[in-house]
Formats: sequence, structure tokens, C-alpha cells
Amino acid sequence: MSAVAARPVPAVTNSPDAGCREFVLRLYVAGQTPRCMRAFVNLKQFCELYLADRYQIEMIDLLRDPAQARRDQILAVPTLVRRLPEPVKKIIGDLSNTQRVLSGLDLRAEAL
Amino acid sequence: MQGGPATPRGAGTAICLAVPNTPYEETARVQPREIGKAPTGIQGLDEITHGGLPLGRPTLVCGGAGSGKTLLATSFLVNGAQLYGEPGVLMTFEESGGEIAGDVASLGFDLAALADAGKLFVDYVRIERSEIEETGEYDLEGLFVRLDHAVRSVGARRVVLDTIESLFSGLSNSNILRAELRRLFRWLKERGLTAVITAERGEGTLTRQGLEEYVSDAVILLDHRVTEQVSTRRLRVVKYRGSHHGTNEYPFLIGRDGLSVLPVTSLGLSHRASLQRISSGIAELDGMLGNHGYYRGSTVLVSGSAGTGKTSLAAHFADAACRRGERCLYFLFEESPHKLMRNMRSIGIDLQPWVTQGLLRFHAERPSRAGLETHLAMMHQLVREFRPTVAIADPITNLVSIGSPNEVRAMLTRIIDFLNVSEVTSLFTSLAGTNNQVADGESGVSSLMDAWIVLGTDEVGGERRRRLSILKSRGMSHSNRIREFELTASGLRLLGHPGLRSTPTAVGE
Repeated sequence: MSAVAARPVPAVTNSPDAGCREFVLRLYVAGQTPRCMRAFVNLKQFCELYLADRYQIEMIDLLRDPAQARRDQILAVPTLVRRLPEPVKKIIGDLSNTQRVLSGLDLRAEAL
Repeated sequence: MQGGPATPRGAGTAICLAVPNTPYEETARVQPREIGKAPTGIQGLDEITHGGLPLGRPTLVCGGAGSGKTLLATSFLVNGAQLYGEPGVLMTFEESGGEIAGDVASLGFDLAALADAGKLFVDYVRIERSEIEETGEYDLEGLFVRLDHAVRSVGARRVVLDTIESLFSGLSNSNILRAELRRLFRWLKERGLTAVITAERGEGTLTRQGLEEYVSDAVILLDHRVTEQVSTRRLRVVKYRGSHHGTNEYPFLIGRDGLSVLPVTSLGLSHRASLQRISSGIAELDGMLGNHGYYRGSTVLVSGSAGTGKTSLAAHFADAACRRGERCLYFLFEESPHKLMRNMRSIGIDLQPWVTQGLLRFHAERPSRAGLETHLAMMHQLVREFRPTVAIADPITNLVSIGSPNEVRAMLTRIIDFLNVSEVTSLFTSLAGTNNQVADGESGVSSLMDAWIVLGTDEVGGERRRRLSILKSRGMSHSNRIREFELTASGLRLLGHPGLRSTPTAVGE
């Protein structure tokens, strides 16, 4: 935890109700492209850092299940969807910018 | 090069073989005469494009809001699925599938039924900038996956992307977008899909996002103009690589049967001239017209001041056509059909039975309701639909109120051309000033006409007497006399007595 505390953004566990909020995330990829793999690695690191023990990541390969793209309105790849907590949020790109991911997941407000 | 035995003919062949790379040969090889076409099934459009859109290639359809882009694109898909056995994919970025289905339902398109039958796949791509955060690199592989899935699901040959430009408002990275669009159009081409991509008209450019750079095989521009509160829709084929096409602006209509484009300006003066004659409905008038009446397929102008009997003459003509069992289309620009029928009953012509039997159809409309082009397109569509042998427009003078004399003349030229080619005999009435003076606009129109009958009145001994004369009737010897006539309870009757100036001679001299 010391590593987290050293971050400019305080650990989200400081927030009153943050500890009980479970994050259900879905990462849509299309095959194992470098960009998609990078997104997954970035996401994993991010979650360990900010959402330790309260996140689930489901990876969906659209090449295997193309109909899913239409059902979930996926256009860009990779796309991260926050299914829970509601409302549903979308972040597109390889998730290389942590600040953007924080704001995309509405974690910034929670963190402050 | 060739051995001694070569005959002069053989030598000629050798020369041809030796120089296959002349510039002429080169051009001939890289530019096949006409590329394959995918018919749109849209009336008129396939004529202008000589068969349809470029097969297996994307076509850009651009125009302002409400110009009919989506409708054109949807018609292309629905007709493909219903008429040409080519299933299609509709990918819509602006309206949801349900909204589009509702919009086109009024035209008799049942998208849901087509989708159920496996002939159409509708995918609504919703993209909301406010809901999306962008971080780092991405591509639009999701779009490709969806399109590919849709195409495979129905075995599509046709694809519509309506309006893909919406992506620019949904995603901020236009560099990625442009690269991906380029890839998308290449993707479509590689699969040999005939695609229609719609785009919003830009300021000074064909499309807002410059899509014409990417889709360059064919470009169709739609336009919706409102001049003096009268709206006219026009279509123009801006570009069509590897094919001939009409280059004019063509008016088009969005009617209850969908879109129809009016290709009449493409008509030449090559129609056949019939030798057959048909009755004017008035025996004595037929007599004046070389004893046999009008030429079939010709154009007759009846002009005269108010109350001289122009409509009566037209009604006789309509009645006679229906009596022969032919169909007559009657355009009314002033009165309602009921009023006309009531008035004609007073001179013994009952048109109601013909309407009931489906031989006579009225189309009554105020000229001010639509622009000239729209009227033209409407008349065109009705003629195609009803297939009359006789058409009447009563009176054409009212059209002058919605256009300049030149425009009216141009429009009439086009409708007359079209009627001639369709071998429809037509009669136009025109309101002239008093005293049999020929109005300026009228003299412009009259040169288009094959026959011109002038009606007038004279005051004789405190009585108004009607008279009729044939100013011209091309291709036949006709009476030059001015004949007096009466409107009696049993119709228009030419009086056997001489008219004003002429000496008594037999009818039909």
C-alpha cells in the first residue's frame, strides 16, 4: 500500500463508500494484436493500483463473437466498458493515459 | 522478322502484334467501355446512369439535410433485396433502425419483414461523444467486425452506410478516423460489395468531411431548393468513373411509391411520328382537320379568352378517347374534378362513368402547390403509372404564375417530349387575353405544338357568339375558315353557316 499512497492521486479506499463498490469491467478486443494486449496489461496494472480486490475483468474477443459488437455498441477497439457500477461508461484506446482512465471510470471524483 | 512466305495479310498481322503497346491499345485495355452496374430500381435513376450504380464499388450520395439521401439509399437496398435477389446491409449512424423503418414504411417498405426473411440486416451504430473517453491508440475494428458479421449473416451484396460522417462528431481523433474510413472503403471494394455512402453537403465542398476523396467511383448530389415557398428536389450525377451518365440536374419526387427521378431532359428528338389519326370528339372539327382528327401522339393547343369553351373542347376529346376504350389522364390546374364534371354535364358530356370504369383519371392540383419541376415530375410519374393514350392539361396558363416564361417553356418542352415519346396524344388549354390576341408567353409555347386551335367570341347584335379556327395543324391540310359554334345541351356544335368572313362552303373543305 505504500506505493499507492505515494501516488499523486490518493488511494480510492480513502473514499467513504468506495470500498464496497465492485467494478465489473469488460475489455473488448479483436484478436491478440499488440494494441489489444497493451490495453489489457495497462488495465490490469490500473486495476491493481486503484481497484485492488474489487474488480472483475472480462475479456471479449470480437473476432470470436462478432455479434457481441452490435449488442454492446462497440465500434472502436480496444474498448473498455464499465458495466458496474452504473451508469455504463466507455473508454476507447489502449488505456495508456492513467488520468483519462480515472476520469473515464468516474474514479477521480471518488478519489478526491 | 517474319519469314519469306508471309503474305501481305500476314505481314499486317505481324505489325499489329509487334506494336501492342501503342497509346491507343493501352487506354483501351485499362478502361473497359462500361463497367458492371447494380440497378437501383429507382425509376429514372437507372436510366440516367445507364443501368445503375457501379457494381462492387462504393457510391457517394451527398446532399443537405432532408434532401432524400437516406431514402435513396434505402430504396437501393430494398429494391436490391426484393427485385434483384441481392440481400443488403443497412448500417445507420444517425437514426435507429426503428426510426428508419418508420420513415420508409410510408413508401411501402417493410424493413422488418425483409430482415425476418433474411434479406436485410439493419445495424444501428450509436455513438455518443459524451459517454466516451478516449485514451491512447485505437482503431475501428469493431465497426469492421460488425459490418463483416452483418454481411455474412444475410450474404449481402449491397451495403448502405448512412451517414458515416456522424463518426466525426462522435470521435475526436480525426486522423484515426480518416485512416480507418480509407481502410473501410478499400475493404468494401475488396469484397465486391456495391455500397452507398451518404454524406452531408459541406460549405463549398461536396461533403463536410471531404469523403469524396475516398469514394471516387461515383458521386450523386441531391438538392432540395425552396424558391418562393415552392420546393423542388433535384438530382445530379456529379461523377461516374468508367461510365457514361446524364449530366443534367434532374428533378425528382418523393411520392407514395418512393423516389422517382425524371430523366426527360435526356430525351432527343427521335420519336416516331404516327400516321394514325384520332377523333377530337367533335365530328365537324375532325372534318376541319383533314376529315380525320388529330394525329395520334401529337400535341394540340387550344387557346382562347375566358368562357370561350376551351374546357368543353377538352372534355369532348377525353370523352371520345374513353368511348374508344382508351385511357385518358386529365390534369386540372384550376377546377376540381367534380366541378368540371358538373359543368360538362350541362353540355351533355357525362364523364363520371369513365372515371368509374377507370378509363379516365383526374389529377387536380393548384399550380402554386409545388414548383414547376415537381409538377413535371408528377405528370411524368402519373403518365408512367396510368399509361394513358390521351392526356389533357387544363389550363397550362396557370403554370406561368409559378415560373418565368422561359422556365415554363422549358418545362412544357420536356413534358411534350415525354408525351410524344410515349405516344400520348395531348391537349393543352391556354387562357389568352381578350380579342383573340395571342399573348407573348403563348406564342412561345405554340411553336412546340403540332396543332393550334383558337377560340374566341364576337359581339354580334347584342349577342356573344363563339368562333373557332385552326391556326395550324402540322402535316395535314386543314380548314382555314373561322367557324361559329354553340355549346348546346348535346355538346359543342359547329354551325354549318359560314363564320365571319368566309364564304359558304361545305364542311371540311
